[in-house]
Amino acid sequence: MIWNRKHLLDIESLSADEIIAVLDTARQFKAVGERAIKKVPALRGKTVVNLFVEPSTRTRISFELAAIRLSADVINFGAEASSLKKGETLKDTARNLEALNADIIIIRHSATGAPHFLSRFLKGSVVNAGDGAHEHPTQALLDTFTIREHRGKIAGLNVTILGDILYSRVARSNIWALLKLGANVTLCGPSTLVPRVFEQMGCRVTYNVDEAIADADVINLLRIQHERQRQTMFPSIGEYAALFGLTHARFARTRPDALIMHPGPINRGVEIASDLADCGRSVILEQVTNGLAIRMAVLYLINGGKGAQELGGLG
Amino acid sequence: MPDPLLLDAAALSRALTRIAHEIVERNVSGADVVLVGVQTGGVHLAHRLAKTLGELWNQPVPTGALDVNMHRDDLGNHLAPTVHPTQIPGDITGKTVVLVDDVLFSGRTTRAALDALNDFGRPRRVQLAVLIDRGHRELPIKADFVGKNVTTRANERVNVKLKEADGEDGVWLVKNGNGSLA
Repeated sequence: MIWNRKHLLDIESLSADEIIAVLDTARQFKAVGERAIKKVPALRGKTVVNLFVEPSTRTRISFELAAIRLSADVINFGAEASSLKKGETLKDTARNLEALNADIIIIRHSATGAPHFLSRFLKGSVVNAGDGAHEHPTQALLDTFTIREHRGKIAGLNVTILGDILYSRVARSNIWALLKLGANVTLCGPSTLVPRVFEQMGCRVTYNVDEAIADADVINLLRIQHERQRQTMFPSIGEYAALFGLTHARFARTRPDALIMHPGPINRGVEIASDLADCGRSVILEQVTNGLAIRMAVLYLINGGKGAQELGGLG
Repeated sequence: MPDPLLLDAAALSRALTRIAHEIVERNVSGADVVLVGVQTGGVHLAHRLAKTLGELWNQPVPTGALDVNMHRDDLGNHLAPTVHPTQIPGDITGKTVVLVDDVLFSGRTTRAALDALNDFGRPRRVQLAVLIDRGHRELPIKADFVGKNVTTRANERVNVKLKEADGEDGVWLVKNGNGSLA
């Protein structure tokens, strides 16, 4: 087994082999989800804390269900109902959770690097469930898992990520994962949201949607994140939909086998025409199913990673 | 000095044939028997037994694979073991499941396998077939069918090689192992 990390903080620091190890493990956990009894005792007696300082529904529920299916005890902890509102620092909050013998802390935070910060002083494991506009590693893992399931490989595929790249942690994690696994990555969207600097990572950047989707094997549509934009980055939602949305006319010009992906939640009629989100080539709901398997695999692997901790190991 | 040979290819084949005949003796009708190999060592053995049993009973024997890593009692003490596929053929409720493994040692893998099997149904009965029983049980578990009983020290290791995975058939006793599960 190639995995000996105690934490999952980002995709950037993972090797291609480590990413593949998670994807392969997730395949077996997906099979568990298809059984009549969907629960295994792998994390029995462990305590998992969902520390979601930034609101989230689907990722939190997915992590919660993953932990439950592994027989762990789960505590959900939101910023609204917590002492963070009363001025407690993140470090103190985390140490208090640790004092309750939490084994794994899953954190979502609006600040980049918050999970890395926790991992430096917590004895338990830390999983990044999204930190600011930095990374969302499990989303990239479930996206590559979904692509691999459909295409059997990642290497050599043309993957286009379309939309708000600048503010998107999903985009950053996906770019790292796809490039490490050998895909050709094209980024497209309004120039205000797709800076040329991404070319330095090894991506192609274009502002011409038709060019971006013409030979794409996979089109990953990102949500316009109103909440993260401090100023208006494009004139109007209507104009975005017209210029960069996946309309029927554009869909007709994609490859007939191109997969349509979206991390959710969908703004129907903005990033994608409503009925296209439900069409046969859309794998949006499969992504949700696969997300559960990926999160089970991640929790399973980092729980075993305790061995690495004693060796002063990675991560 | 080379590791002592416990079973050569011919002896391994004879042991499996004998186990197959004992399974037939115990289960007169093959209709309700399902073979389940424990990943990874037991899976190839289960398929070999299925071939012989299919000839003896004149009907194919459903054969599956079971991965017990999610049910182990020592997770978290080691790096997470690689999880292999589990494939259980059909519904095992009411059937006779013959669990097949290469080496029976502490019995903890078998305990995990019994737990894992529970998630798929309630078999009428479960029998255990192993190629090698090396002793040192830590749980009250006993095999129904044994290819060869071997006296071993706790720090020795039994190395089973099979054509399907390793290119050759044979069982060796490896000295001065680290005492980990075979």
